[in-house]
Amino acid sequence: MTVTVRLFARAKDIAGAEAVSLSLPESATVADVRRRLAAEHPRLNALVARSVFAVGDEFANDDWRLSPRAELAMLPPVSGG
Amino acid sequence: MVQLTHTLIDYHALTEQVRRPDCGAVVTFLGTVRELTEDKVTVALDYEAHGSMAEKKMAEIEADTRQRWPVGEMVLVHRLGRLEVCEVSVAVAVSCPHRGQAFDACRHAIDRLKELVPIWKKENWKDGTSEWVHPGTN
Repeated sequence: MTVTVRLFARAKDIAGAEAVSLSLPESATVADVRRRLAAEHPRLNALVARSVFAVGDEFANDDWRLSPRAELAMLPPVSGG
Repeated sequence: MVQLTHTLIDYHALTEQVRRPDCGAVVTFLGTVRELTEDKVTVALDYEAHGSMAEKKMAEIEADTRQRWPVGEMVLVHRLGRLEVCEVSVAVAVSCPHRGQAFDACRHAIDRLKELVPIWKKENWKDGTSEWVHPGTN
């Protein structure tokens, strides 16, 4: 399946895109997304390790299993306020 | 009430919005753009958000705060886009029957907002460089 990961802030600048698409096996987890993102976009590596992920509007930990239409987002450490 | 906005935060109107007859205390916190970070001079900040998730998390913070303190009304508003020095980036206004509760509830809400709401700022320094702020990675 193909999943799209929205990027924000420094991650968006590094990738030069608001989102990236990843090809993943069915039943992939957030941990697989982390690995694939870091492999396909090595410059995101350090930030991927420090980021949390969201599916829809909710935080998703590494063993979260993705559905084909999951709306994924990579959230680097936040700095609002 | 929670809101993300690209326009000026009218903190007077927000403060008025939370005043009620049964609440004898109103605390309004404003976060403003600071000019100095150690010896570096800020010209402007750019804020961006995962909008739908940020609003959801802010609503959860409001609900959590209301569970812990006898809040009459409260509003959390965060500005997005470009802000110059001294502009208001975030406002939290809370009314409670008594001042201790209002101070504590307001403090709790802004602390939680800064900790978990997906909003990011980019520093635009006076020397022409800029950088996204990601605590723990800079």
